[in-house]
Amino acid sequence: MKALIALEDGTIFEGTSFTGAGEALGEIVFNTSLSGYQEVLTDPSYTGQLVTMTYPLIGNYGINDEDMESAGIHLKAFLVKEYCPFPSNYRSTKTLAVFLQEFGVLGVEGFDTRALVHHIRTAGAMKAAISTEDLNPASLIKKASGWSGIVGRNLVAEVTCSEPYGWADNQPVPGTNFSSAKAVGSEKFKVVVFDFGVKYNQLRILSELGCAVQIVPATTSAETVLAMNPDGIFLSNGPGDPEGIPGVVETVRALLGQKPIFGICLGHQILGLAYGGSAYKLKFGHRGGNQPVKDLTTGHIEITAQNHGFCIDEKTLPAEVKITHINLNDNSLEGMQHTLYPAFSVQYHPEYAPGPHDAKYLFDRFLDMMQG
Amino acid sequence: MPKRTDIKKILIIGSGPIIISQACEFDYSGVQAVKALKEEGYEVILINSNPATIMTDPELADATYIEPITPEFLIKIIEKERPDAILPTLGGQTALNIAIQVAKTGVLEKYNVEMLAANIDVINKAEGREEFRDAMTKIGLKVPQSYIVRDLDAAMEAGEKIGFPIIVRPSFTLGGTGGGVAYNRRELQELCTSGLDLSMTTEIMVEKSLLGWKEYELEVMRDKADNVVIICSIENMDAMGVHTGDSITVAPQQTLSDVEYQNMRDAAIAIIREIGVETGGSNVQFAVNPKDGELMIIEMNPRVSRSSALASKATGFPIARIAAKLAVGYTLDELKNDITRETFAAFEPSIDYCVVKIPRWTFEKFPEAEDHLTTAMKSVGETMSIGRTFKEAFQKAMRSLETGRFGFGGDGKMPLDNLPEEDLLDRLRIPNSKRLAHIYEGLKRGMTVEKISELTLIDPWFIHNLKQIVHIEGEIREKGFQELDTDFLRYCKKHGFSDVQIAFLTGVDEEDIRQLRLKKKVTPVFKLVDTCAAEFESYTPYYYSTYEQENEAKVTTARKIIILGGGPNRIGQGIEFDYCCVHAAMALKELGVESIMVNSNPETVSTDYDTSDKLFFEPLTREDVLSIIDQEKPDGVIVQFGGQTPLNLAVPLEEVGVKIIGTQPDAIDRAENRERFKKLLQKLNLRQPANDIAYTVEEALVAARTIGYPVVVRPSYVLGGRDMRIVYSDEGVKDFMKAVSNGASRMEHPVLIDQFLKDATEIDVDALCDGSNTVIGGIMEHVEEAGIHSGDSSCVLPPHTLTATIIESIKDASRAMAEELGVIGLMNVQYAVKDNQLYILEVNPRASRSVPFTSKATGVPLAKLATRLMLGETLADIGFTTEVEVKHWAVKEVVFPFDRFENVDTLLGPEMKSTGEVMGIDDNLGLAIAKASLATGVKIPRSGNVFISVRDNDKKQIVAVAEKLELLGFTLFASSGTMKYLKRAGVKCELVKKISEGRPHILDKIRDNEICWIVNTSLGKRTTEDSYLIRRAALDYHIPYTTTASGAGAMVKAIQELSKKELEVQPVQYYNRLLS
Repeated sequence: MKALIALEDGTIFEGTSFTGAGEALGEIVFNTSLSGYQEVLTDPSYTGQLVTMTYPLIGNYGINDEDMESAGIHLKAFLVKEYCPFPSNYRSTKTLAVFLQEFGVLGVEGFDTRALVHHIRTAGAMKAAISTEDLNPASLIKKASGWSGIVGRNLVAEVTCSEPYGWADNQPVPGTNFSSAKAVGSEKFKVVVFDFGVKYNQLRILSELGCAVQIVPATTSAETVLAMNPDGIFLSNGPGDPEGIPGVVETVRALLGQKPIFGICLGHQILGLAYGGSAYKLKFGHRGGNQPVKDLTTGHIEITAQNHGFCIDEKTLPAEVKITHINLNDNSLEGMQHTLYPAFSVQYHPEYAPGPHDAKYLFDRFLDMMQG
Repeated sequence: MPKRTDIKKILIIGSGPIIISQACEFDYSGVQAVKALKEEGYEVILINSNPATIMTDPELADATYIEPITPEFLIKIIEKERPDAILPTLGGQTALNIAIQVAKTGVLEKYNVEMLAANIDVINKAEGREEFRDAMTKIGLKVPQSYIVRDLDAAMEAGEKIGFPIIVRPSFTLGGTGGGVAYNRRELQELCTSGLDLSMTTEIMVEKSLLGWKEYELEVMRDKADNVVIICSIENMDAMGVHTGDSITVAPQQTLSDVEYQNMRDAAIAIIREIGVETGGSNVQFAVNPKDGELMIIEMNPRVSRSSALASKATGFPIARIAAKLAVGYTLDELKNDITRETFAAFEPSIDYCVVKIPRWTFEKFPEAEDHLTTAMKSVGETMSIGRTFKEAFQKAMRSLETGRFGFGGDGKMPLDNLPEEDLLDRLRIPNSKRLAHIYEGLKRGMTVEKISELTLIDPWFIHNLKQIVHIEGEIREKGFQELDTDFLRYCKKHGFSDVQIAFLTGVDEEDIRQLRLKKKVTPVFKLVDTCAAEFESYTPYYYSTYEQENEAKVTTARKIIILGGGPNRIGQGIEFDYCCVHAAMALKELGVESIMVNSNPETVSTDYDTSDKLFFEPLTREDVLSIIDQEKPDGVIVQFGGQTPLNLAVPLEEVGVKIIGTQPDAIDRAENRERFKKLLQKLNLRQPANDIAYTVEEALVAARTIGYPVVVRPSYVLGGRDMRIVYSDEGVKDFMKAVSNGASRMEHPVLIDQFLKDATEIDVDALCDGSNTVIGGIMEHVEEAGIHSGDSSCVLPPHTLTATIIESIKDASRAMAEELGVIGLMNVQYAVKDNQLYILEVNPRASRSVPFTSKATGVPLAKLATRLMLGETLADIGFTTEVEVKHWAVKEVVFPFDRFENVDTLLGPEMKSTGEVMGIDDNLGLAIAKASLATGVKIPRSGNVFISVRDNDKKQIVAVAEKLELLGFTLFASSGTMKYLKRAGVKCELVKKISEGRPHILDKIRDNEICWIVNTSLGKRTTEDSYLIRRAALDYHIPYTTTASGAGAMVKAIQELSKKELEVQPVQYYNRLLS
């Protein structure tokens, strides 16, 4: 089925839907990971986005029951060069197309994805519309530019949990006050996780390292959190603009110095805003599994998984915040630590999934910090 | 960490002659390393015995030793040059092995030489099976159940414990030589016996076979600060059981989920750390159980490898270059990524295309060998191709192979329709070089993907993709030419179908499809290989074609020339031609002309992105080349450097108006076309052996009888003496015609029939001509008599026995022919001298295999100069007007792949069988011969027992050899006939029984290690089983053997000189200085 991809600047690509009819609006971005499409699909940070994989052959190993980063698919459409309808992997339980269809997400293949990526790289990530129903370019371009965009929007509200829950036996379990949380080993620490669109692997790793985790909605107040008397507070990843989420920055600011805090991605950006810094939007973002980051405290380089369109402007940070990590490709800020309070964060994804495991040590740093 | 300043002089070890499992890739890595270190201001010393390499070009290193890569020579060089460090990880297994041997002598400590990148402990830990297994266990990784054993009893005992099938792998050998899979006790015994013999440490591993597991490789890099990155993942299409060098491979990996891939990545990083490779690239091989994902480590190479060359070309990340810089202390984040300019080498390349490598085998050269692929590598070359999908890349790779295929089927050239079902199943089950044809046939017959996958053990993902190709073939056939609309054509092209395939399937000519495409604007675009999947801007013009929307090619208006490369290595066409292509690019650069390289061989220097101004990694077919020409509109195309591949394109390209620069296709035809050539020689009053052509058996018989037996017969338009034979009777002619005619009663191209000049001396000449003047580049006198393919002969430059008069007539004849043909550029002539008469055997108005040897021997870069002539300069303009008078001796010797193929005879003949060459250079002829022999790995006998058994023709000549050996103190043994003859001539010798004469016979003596040299000449094919068995035993027991009387004479000369003088080492720059 023919599908038209229209960008707000008038650029048109023509592909084929491999999931049937549909229409989607969103911000068009690309991801350079060679593998890990299932994790990309289920990562809540992609809310509101139309994601193109730069690797052309997608679907090769199917979809399995384990590699889920949340309960469902969050991106609005998935764009690939060639979809593979005959997956080959012992864990595969269904095809990519079936999985997308289950969540009503449009999958499009068969166009020059490299040309699209090249365009996004030069013109920047932008609003786009994809449709198998409206094949009129002018109309579709209008739909694209008419879309609200993600700047200033509260996308976290769409993905954060409505009720607190815990994590046990590698899955979410409803409950509060750590009642439902069970660590893999002995429960060394109690960690409250702010769910801005948390990826399961963050919970898996914390749990595996011996933390009992209590996941709470993004709007949970500082008092509520402190009342749980956690050993540490974890700020998860999440979609969109950190400035679009009302109240959260204030909450985090109130928690600063109270308990050790570790933030990842959107959690890192919120922490940056709480420190008094500001965020800016990157031209086309960092999305992939090959981003080199240097740990300035050790000089060591780690290859990291990244997925972010916004970035904290290091010039706006107060003096008591130390830069700990930078991106070697563009020298952008990748990690920071407060020198007065026990708080640190990274812009990238030490929980990987998908991507290299190089930065997993940061979870140990968090544990060390909670150890005191 | 900046570069080290405590070291100034670095010695790099090359890999020596091209052999199976060590080809051009180590010239590529060596060149990158030398350049990288020079750039940093280090003084670079190089040892490599292979003159056909770019790395041994005198301009490259500060001192270039074209000397045998043996511990003795390496020590001499260390003593003379006193380097601060040696870099052993860029010259393949050869360099690593030699470095270990030298390190063990204590010489490195004595002269305070540091081993860079990987020290002896690291190498032992990675390569010693037991040490490696222990290391893996320590870091919690699994290796297949195995036992390291040092004798046969222990091997058999281990076999009992493991259970069949069992893999046998000898330690410290090249390319898994001697390894294999045993299915029963008898096979286990055989494999273990040969494996123990081949291992440098008499050590083999008997291991649980993981037959059918999926095989993967990761290319890893580490710097001094312990930063580790993965450059590329590779998935083998062929499952475990087929050597990775014989496997079709794909990059990146296709069928692992991220979880599985990242576990593999973690393992690779843990391994490089545990083994302790300090800096540089390594390669780790994995096996994955397709049923449950269980991961096992197969092996790790603590050095750059064939796979790193592939990974470099597949990703654009220059592994060897970066490895060299890391070795001197840089860290990954200090090194720029040349392609993006703004990012650094500390990252992992992301690619947005699919890369397919297909090996090229050469079983047709060794018909006695069984066409089975095992854990011992047998392919001689490989081709790589890039496409946006696997299907596109795969079909491009099929046509890049240059085996007459234009894709995966659909070209009418995989005729297996008549193969019985049972045979088809068998051939799908047992891996062989024609397995793709069998898969194709299976799919055509409607076999299911599951069935084919079960038989071949190839992952269904690949078979599904191949099935789609076969399906589209059917669609094209159904459409027919009239129905080929724009959308459908584009659909076919996106799936990699060539014009030839579409034409065949719709019953028209290739050109019809091309015209239709051009009319409908269905033309390829060119995409960049940029290391980053378009995330950053890329500055390096390294392109591949595909059928997409956006064209990224940046076409300039500069004056530009396209150089067509040689494609995959094969016997007869290899590194020598790549050397010439690279020199053409260098010359163009010097002249300020844009150079555009087209080639499909990932092992080469020519496909390095900084060799030329633009690189197109593309198949060398008419269609693919024309697409580039349509795009670039070059001022000319060079076809005379890449061997037969581009030469075959000369006429088809010229026909559509492409300008071929240099010697014109018509001149090439005048030299190749028998009738026209005969006329040319008659006109110049030159003599050639009596000859004729024939299209049918009857014509051939008449011609042969008229000329008189023996005659040389061969098909026309081939390189490397393919199918060339010397025949002695009508029977021989009939056999030959049957073999080459493919059942046709009348052949498309004629066969050539020549008088065979018995016992003639053969001569090779390389010359440069500007159309009106000619300068001789070099004259090489073959050691072996005419009748042995020039590519298999050893030769001496300058001639060592020819008279001044003959040399003058050779020069005159060469000049006359070059000028008559209007050669512009290079020309090669093969002559024979018999009874003081000069015969012209053949003229090739193009670069020959001998060009790099001649250039190294004389210090004149012939290919570079030829390029300038082709661009319009004259010999006078470039200042090359007189011949170089060489005062030293340069000897070429060759290496053969016989030990890779069981049941193959080692006799030489008119069909080329060697894979590579070495050069021995010295002021003394005998010593130059000795060096050349040593460089091929032959141990020159200094005392002991020599066995001589020669055919009647050679008996007279062998007396002189025997007399000299006697004087040198050798004891001579001979077969009865030879003994009688020698005794009559007054030479003392003892009788050794032939095999048929009872025991102890000659084979017993060989096995008991009582013989130090065997001279055994024989007529034609296996005349007697006896002499074959002797030669084969010599090969298997690594005893020097010589199969020609003249070769024996040369060896004696070497032994004589060695008894008088010590071998010394000199860099080529020394000899070049003597010339100027």
